[in-house]
Amino acid sequence: MSILEYNGGCVVAMAGKECVAIAADRRLGIQLQTLACDANRVFRMHDKLFLGLTGLMTDITSLHNSFDFKLNMYSMREGRLMSPQTFSSLVASTLYEKRFGPYFSEPVIAGLNKDNTPFLCAMDLLGAAAYADDFVVSGTCAESLFGTCETFYRPDLGPDDLFETISQAMLSALDRDCISGWGVTVHIITPEGVTAKSLKARMD
Amino acid sequence: MELGFLDRPHGAGGVRVTGAALVDELGYSLGCDRMHPTGAPVLTAPPGDAPASFLTEAFRGQDDHALKFLHGTTTLAFVFQGGVVVAVDSRASMGQYIGSGSVRKIIEINPYLLGTMAGGAADCSFWERDLGRRCRLYELRNKERISVAAASKLLANTVYGYKGMGLSMGTMITGWDKTGPNLFYVDNDGTRLKGHKFSVGSGSTYAYGVLDQGYHWDLTVEDALELGRRSIFHATHRDAASGGFINVYHVKEDGWVNISHEDSGMTKYYEYKAQSAAVDSTAMES
Repeated sequence: MSILEYNGGCVVAMAGKECVAIAADRRLGIQLQTLACDANRVFRMHDKLFLGLTGLMTDITSLHNSFDFKLNMYSMREGRLMSPQTFSSLVASTLYEKRFGPYFSEPVIAGLNKDNTPFLCAMDLLGAAAYADDFVVSGTCAESLFGTCETFYRPDLGPDDLFETISQAMLSALDRDCISGWGVTVHIITPEGVTAKSLKARMD
Repeated sequence: MELGFLDRPHGAGGVRVTGAALVDELGYSLGCDRMHPTGAPVLTAPPGDAPASFLTEAFRGQDDHALKFLHGTTTLAFVFQGGVVVAVDSRASMGQYIGSGSVRKIIEINPYLLGTMAGGAADCSFWERDLGRRCRLYELRNKERISVAAASKLLANTVYGYKGMGLSMGTMITGWDKTGPNLFYVDNDGTRLKGHKFSVGSGSTYAYGVLDQGYHWDLTVEDALELGRRSIFHATHRDAASGGFINVYHVKEDGWVNISHEDSGMTKYYEYKAQSAAVDSTAMES
């Protein structure tokens, strides 16, 4: 079994019209044993920038701390918030720094640009970024998520429809994966603010 | 109809070969070309003196999950004052992928016998179906029902013949015969155990935890059924390879009854959660 699948978990992000959504499951396990249903793998970097991390939970924690630190240093030095594009480069180079002993985590970045257009990006564990204008996925049920997203996604959805779409895509994909699920959180990011919602998910 | 076989009770001689396919005494195809003197079909093994060691050598290093459904499972059965309770989950997984969420893992061998499924789905369903056929032939030959002990031994002897060749099954055979309620555990290495309480599968440790804590011989039927249900529920919650629906059967003197089929991860989880919230709030008030 891959170390990326040791703890389980997945993240998906979708773009709407002047909004983005990012959803993640809540499971933390050791292989087939479920330890907790309140794990967090989506982090608010600032009001228009979210980072989702899948893979090994210990590395997720390390990376989150490291990016929090780097973002704080940046905003103090520059006196402004980091743009999603810059942040994705920061994540990519941070990961590549450990090319020969990588963090076992694959990030998803979702945010709004300065002009409120959506920004989406996913990466492998070495920092190879893939940018998309519809949706990005990562985690143990990435293949299923691609399938459900391809089916449900429509361009230019408003925040409410986007929430419904990403939720259904996530819940359907979870039904096919043993080691993801046990609760879902969805964040909807709009220029007006962020809404966080918990979904009633299958607990088996 | 030719009923001569009734006069030849132990007749493997009743087997006729018509063309290539082997048919049983009633003329039904056995889906194989040979039959063991005990009446079990004989599947073609690799040629040579030691097919088992040939197979281990041939499949060395191959992914065990590649072809096998249903490797994660929780099943349980226990005998108590009111008969036998059998409860199982319904998830079929291949590695971490969920192949199906609605598998029926309790196999109705006949109206008095039940078998459970853990391990390879094909192995369990084939051999337990075959067991049903042989139990029926026993009934026709001997004009009485087969005992649970004998039925489980037919299965244990059959799988023992294939030992080391890759069969994968952990099953419980249960029913009610002349001697009362009976429960046997049979697995692919030929183990056959009589007992009062068994749980089989990747979630069995979790199920045993709940089962051992709540089990008592004098349990009422209602409480026993709920204990079986709860044990499976907690196993589906903790074990990622178990889940889906909880199926519960009750074996009584006049045969088994299908008690319930309930969604574990959605319906049961939120029902139990609401119940314990209600208990908590009454505890707070008092």
